[in-house]
Amino acid sequence: MWDFIWNDFLVTGEPLIYGAMASIVLVTVLIVFVLTYFKLWKWLWDEYLTTVDHKKIGIMYIIAALAMLFRGGVDALMMRTQLALPGMNFLNSVHYNEIFTTHGTTMILFMAMPFIIGLMNVVVPLQIGARDVAFPFLNALSFWTFFFGAMLFNISFVIGGSPSAGWTSYVPMAGPELSPEINQNYYLLALQLSGIGTLATGINFLVTILRMRAPGMTLMKMPIFTWSALITSIIIIFAFPILTIALALMTMDRIFGTHFFTLAGEGMPMMWANLFWLWGHPEVYIVILPAFGVFSEVISTFARKQLFGYKAMVYAMCVIAGLSFVVWVHHFFTMGAGAGVNSLFSITTMLIAVPTGIKIFNWLGTMYKGRIRFNVPMLWALAFIPNFTIGGVTGVMLGMAAADYQYHNTYFLIAHFHGVLIAGTLFGMFAGLTYWYPKMFGHKMNEKIGKVSFWLTVIGFNITFLPQYFLGLMGMPRRTYTIEPEWMPLNLLSTIGAFILAGGFVIFVYNIYFSARYEPREKTGDAWDGRSLEWATTTPVPHYNFATVPYVNSHEAYWDMKETGATTYDESKLEPIHMPNYKGMPIIMSAIMFVASFGLVWHWFWLAIPGLIGVIICMVIRSFDYDEGYHVPIEEIKRTEEQARGRKE
Amino acid sequence: MSEHAELKTGPLEYRKEEGTLTILGFWIFLAAEVVLFSTLFATYAVLFGRYGDATPAPELFEMPIALAMTFLLLTSSFTCGIAIHMMRKESLKGLLIWLSITLALGLGFLGFEIYEFVHYVHEGASIQSSAFWSAFFTLTGTHGLHVTLGIAWCLLIIIQLVRVGLTPTTARKTFVIGLYWHFLDVVWIFIFTAVYLIGMVV
Repeated sequence: MWDFIWNDFLVTGEPLIYGAMASIVLVTVLIVFVLTYFKLWKWLWDEYLTTVDHKKIGIMYIIAALAMLFRGGVDALMMRTQLALPGMNFLNSVHYNEIFTTHGTTMILFMAMPFIIGLMNVVVPLQIGARDVAFPFLNALSFWTFFFGAMLFNISFVIGGSPSAGWTSYVPMAGPELSPEINQNYYLLALQLSGIGTLATGINFLVTILRMRAPGMTLMKMPIFTWSALITSIIIIFAFPILTIALALMTMDRIFGTHFFTLAGEGMPMMWANLFWLWGHPEVYIVILPAFGVFSEVISTFARKQLFGYKAMVYAMCVIAGLSFVVWVHHFFTMGAGAGVNSLFSITTMLIAVPTGIKIFNWLGTMYKGRIRFNVPMLWALAFIPNFTIGGVTGVMLGMAAADYQYHNTYFLIAHFHGVLIAGTLFGMFAGLTYWYPKMFGHKMNEKIGKVSFWLTVIGFNITFLPQYFLGLMGMPRRTYTIEPEWMPLNLLSTIGAFILAGGFVIFVYNIYFSARYEPREKTGDAWDGRSLEWATTTPVPHYNFATVPYVNSHEAYWDMKETGATTYDESKLEPIHMPNYKGMPIIMSAIMFVASFGLVWHWFWLAIPGLIGVIICMVIRSFDYDEGYHVPIEEIKRTEEQARGRKE
Repeated sequence: MSEHAELKTGPLEYRKEEGTLTILGFWIFLAAEVVLFSTLFATYAVLFGRYGDATPAPELFEMPIALAMTFLLLTSSFTCGIAIHMMRKESLKGLLIWLSITLALGLGFLGFEIYEFVHYVHEGASIQSSAFWSAFFTLTGTHGLHVTLGIAWCLLIIIQLVRVGLTPTTARKTFVIGLYWHFLDVVWIFIFTAVYLIGMVV
């Protein structure tokens, strides 16, 4: 028994891992102590763990995303340290493989995705004038399955060992023959668990946006961020089931001995690459389109102009969404599908540059002759345009199949996708968080510290990744754990840049603390002279969002309201507001799913089967739950609104 | 979550806003299910004929069983339609009777499928035999699992119909399981064609 725990269950023998174990134990003890000492358990359970309020769920998503950004960032720094000089002994090859695998998986699925879904949660219902999402219970369930999926993935490096076959988890490397240990199972089940939640989020937001818009708000009068959320939801709905199946098939290969991707039994390893990227490429657009939405909002607000080319923006996103499903082969041109197939996918890939280019010009057009305010959200947007364009143009280079034989699996590719994901998604999320921060927390983030963080991030990002383009052209392959001496200068430079980038992130997080303590409270509800409905409610946003929902005439609903002096509090139109009750079921059910998945990771059917039965019991209980929520009485709405609006009306 | 007014006319399941939202959400869920099954069909097509050392499919497939399963499931879809028709006429008794018939037919289908799987395994073709058989058992098994879940889910709704009667909420639940049941039928038509008909002749 102890023998098993020490030799197989826990990961032993690595000083870094012991350090990680100690820090996990310490942080857990600290959290438990703080919660107990300040008697916060009940508050935590009542206000957050059981919440179905989209604003709180959004905040929890964002906190989790920042934590995962920290984890993925530490992975990145460890890799950069190992690669700083030739012959470094900081990480051995196995550990290095684990670190780049967890870095990629964490950053895409447990950082970028929740960050985006978090912002969507906070903003979309407010932008369309809704009281909550269509299915608040399901929304909470989505969050908790994501959360426990992320936890399952993260415990792997102290319990059982991290997956080490790359975030793409290619077979036969990741299959049962070459990776017989349980490591890869963590990847499969953690992604499966959080993937279910993502699919539910997609359905939830599609229904919310289609059915719950304010009166008068036709599709073409929606704020552009809501449009991006709508398109993203559609991509999620058509892409994530592919991942569900791909993961399920590989899980069966590994646990039940099937032959989908194996070398024996006439399985097809290439099938995995196809299925993975059939999901994986749309996934790229799932994480970039909402960032485009954020930039459109931010640029329009801070240039104090209407968004230039609103319709073109919408159509461009639709085209990108469609094309995102027909380019997946460009991830493996070198697998040898033949010149005809490669040419076709080469063309579709390069076609994506067209709608993306249209968007770039529209952002420039929006700023043209605008009276630009250089606040921090706008700075992120301004940095995005040139940096993302470099990442995008190198993407077109990679898209040329013949040339790709040179670039494939080199640092050129690494530099390209970090160029689009950091300059696109991450800058977008930082811009969005800073922009909507006053709406979420009732105060802005400090501008001065924000600017320091911004400059460190942008400079660090460029010092890190520009050299990697050249390293790639010099022939440095990706996923190598040690470098040749002639690559040393540029690698060292890249490592220095990575630490500067990390400094930018640390200051960003410090700013959250600083601003909570010292920034002046924001009372108007309209912190940036905004243009869409989320700025029309008071700050803090009442739990029912809008006392009365205004009639919408254009895609800049609040701008119109400010001109006519209308508010979201029309005393003559008040009605009781129907709201859902908070539920403990989502967190409990997801915790049971976590236990079942953990059992399956270890092939422990004695744990997995009861877990599965537990999930079914939860569903039965839910089916018999006829709770229809409650109504907020008019008197309470009046009291809340008059307090927030200072009894001026 | 803003609407509280309950309509007095129109189909019962659409009278509350919650019903409208859930039904639309379920349609979209079915779209995701279409993608899910498409992926399985694509996998099956790619792995078609990859028998390895295992028995080839045409030697095992038997048309009478596949036909019987098809008739059972198609008929159950028809009876499910009648059940919803009864619900529209606000006949709880008719609804319960026709739902029960649907369930019985579904169970019959499931019985044949289990018999078929056991038979193949006895003949030496299991999910572990080769790539083709993995794909076959996963595609048909996923459909079978959906039918099983559908039966269990429908039982829960019957219990609720007996306890609560026909309300906008129970009507919405019944309507949604109806959509689900028809969807399984559609998937089966593709399985019958792509797996059994093609499998018999190739």
